[in-house]
Amino acid sequence: MSESPKFIIEGLKATIDGKEILKGINLELKGGEIHAVMGPNGTGKSTLASSLMGHPKYEVTEGTATIDGQDLLDMGVDERAQAGLFLAMQYPSEITGVTNADFMRSAINARREEGNEISLIKFIRQMEKKMGELEMDPQFLHRYLNEGFSGGEKKRNEILQMMMLEPRVVILDEIDSGLDIDALKIVAAGVNAMRSEDRTFLIITHYQRLLDYVKPDFVHVMMQGRIVKSGGPELALRLEADGYDWIKEELGIVDETVVHEEAFKMPMNTKAPQY
Amino acid sequence: MSIQTASPIDEASVVNLSKSLNEPTWLTELRKQGLQAASTLELPRLEKTRIDRWKLDAYGSYQAAELVASVSVLPEKARSFLEEDKEYDNLIVQRNSTAIYKTISEDLSKQGVIYTDLASALKDHSGLIQQYFMKAVHMDENKLTALHAALWNGGVFLYVPAGVRIKAPLQSIFLTDDINSTFAPHILIIAEANSSVTYVDNYTSNDLTGNLVHNGVVEVFAKQGSHVQFASVHSMDRNVIDLCYRRAIVDNDARIDWIIGEMNDGEVLSDTTSILKGKGSSSDAKVICVGTGDQKMNITTRAVHHGMHTSSDMITRAVLRDSATAIINGITKIEKGATYSDGQQTERVLMLSPTARGDANPLLLIDEDEVKAGHAASVGQVNAEQIHYLMSRGISLEKAMKLIIYGFLAPVVAEIPIAAVEQQLRTVAERKLGQ
Repeated sequence: MSESPKFIIEGLKATIDGKEILKGINLELKGGEIHAVMGPNGTGKSTLASSLMGHPKYEVTEGTATIDGQDLLDMGVDERAQAGLFLAMQYPSEITGVTNADFMRSAINARREEGNEISLIKFIRQMEKKMGELEMDPQFLHRYLNEGFSGGEKKRNEILQMMMLEPRVVILDEIDSGLDIDALKIVAAGVNAMRSEDRTFLIITHYQRLLDYVKPDFVHVMMQGRIVKSGGPELALRLEADGYDWIKEELGIVDETVVHEEAFKMPMNTKAPQY
Repeated sequence: MSIQTASPIDEASVVNLSKSLNEPTWLTELRKQGLQAASTLELPRLEKTRIDRWKLDAYGSYQAAELVASVSVLPEKARSFLEEDKEYDNLIVQRNSTAIYKTISEDLSKQGVIYTDLASALKDHSGLIQQYFMKAVHMDENKLTALHAALWNGGVFLYVPAGVRIKAPLQSIFLTDDINSTFAPHILIIAEANSSVTYVDNYTSNDLTGNLVHNGVVEVFAKQGSHVQFASVHSMDRNVIDLCYRRAIVDNDARIDWIIGEMNDGEVLSDTTSILKGKGSSSDAKVICVGTGDQKMNITTRAVHHGMHTSSDMITRAVLRDSATAIINGITKIEKGATYSDGQQTERVLMLSPTARGDANPLLLIDEDEVKAGHAASVGQVNAEQIHYLMSRGISLEKAMKLIIYGFLAPVVAEIPIAAVEQQLRTVAERKLGQ
């Protein structure tokens, strides 16, 4: 497993509640590379991340995804993680009663043989070191998983998990949302520290902001459930300056979205009857 | 209603037994009254629980037993609640109808603390006991409390004099292993002004060959400024119907903490009530419950605010497997005049099986304006998002379930004041959850 990872997505289609969101995604990521997937809201970016992780709400209907030749889509969620996939989630779950420490230890031990579990002291030392790098209060070790964490604290906690688990393929789903500039810098430093030939990143974002601190090698634009444009870091800069409209114009796209979040409907009976 | 569970015991045998044990006359009289009341009173009416269908007549009869010199004669199941390799300073063990082992440290005796079984405490402290016995839980509340008054045996008498603060927990174990023996301990705790004490007990059964009813009552009197911490784990088998009323009367600025583990395999009626009588008094109740098989449980926590500036908090968490049923009731009652009081409660039920049934019934009864009260209740299954999140870090489904279920119970388990009991509670929960 020390070889450089290869993460290949081919023709990936996925549905949610029977509605097709991903309409054929092709991506190839190699060790040492950072890919950014950008695009306006509702174009299927997060669906891509969740489908790859195996979220039960999403059904992959066509296509393949492989890590080092292993078929990812054939694996259970835990097996995907064991195979080296890591997804930093946009909305991590809060779990009462399970401490951050219990959780992380279980995750680390899940990767080890029975009888070869990480010693408590070694585990605590590692956690404290990484938490220091992320400027997290050591108290977070003993707090319940994400419970009562602010948005920024949750994101840092995701990065902490990434640092502890040392995955081969990292997907960051909107890791920058809800972060102030200082927190963004800390998170970016964490990602940069993890950059290596043994690892590849897929960064999903709709702001250029994060890419000022984590320089991508490739930038992909997603619309209507497809990658519609790919390029180098200069593409992100153009998007920052000019927005997405020029791409839509170039490609003749009117509505770039594919996911329609249920809009809040004003109840119609808020007024008392007139008669 | 009164016919079908008519007392299996006749008056003459109750009176004769009381006399043969040399009980004070007031108690003989009280037992007699209890038995009479039991023949006319009805069973308690419980929310969504047909207690009248339970086999409530298996009481057995009083069986005398000798004190033993060492806890080593106890079955393994009972010994597992004890810390190993330890001098058992303050320990009472009741087996079936009577105490068979009791110790109190010299240190506590010197300070005037009384810690012995209630039956023998009558010999020296009859007057004191008479003042409090069945004064928090009343004989005439229903058929069950009346029967308890008539039939109770063994039990615990804990008296903490004013100002005495006891650090180490006092422990007792109640073991039933003979279906012919009445098993009805009465726990009486009196904490005088500004005293503090932690009491922990365990109810367990061993090799029962048929049905038996445990009809127990706990009464706590927390006097001004005192603090009583009461922890109890019940883990009796399918043969035992566990009926238990626990009640504390809390005076000015005093506090009661309840930590209850309902881990029985049989039917359960559990009612834990804090009467916040005094100004500034407070209570905290934490209850966890694991239901398995086809057992039925009705679990109530209740806080009644009388005094001003009183506060209560109640948390009940139940995990249900198989076809178990749990009706979880939380009742916050704020009486007129209890201004600036604060009553909070939470009931949560986690269902692990489609045939399990759980109900959370929060009730706020407020008769005063200037108060705060709140409740939260939920009944649900293990959250699929949480499972996904844990699994996305490489944790197996089985392990993820386990983390979430134990996490659900953790807020109570972590509060148990004796390490061996905490461990035992984990073990019992683990056995019941059968992960």
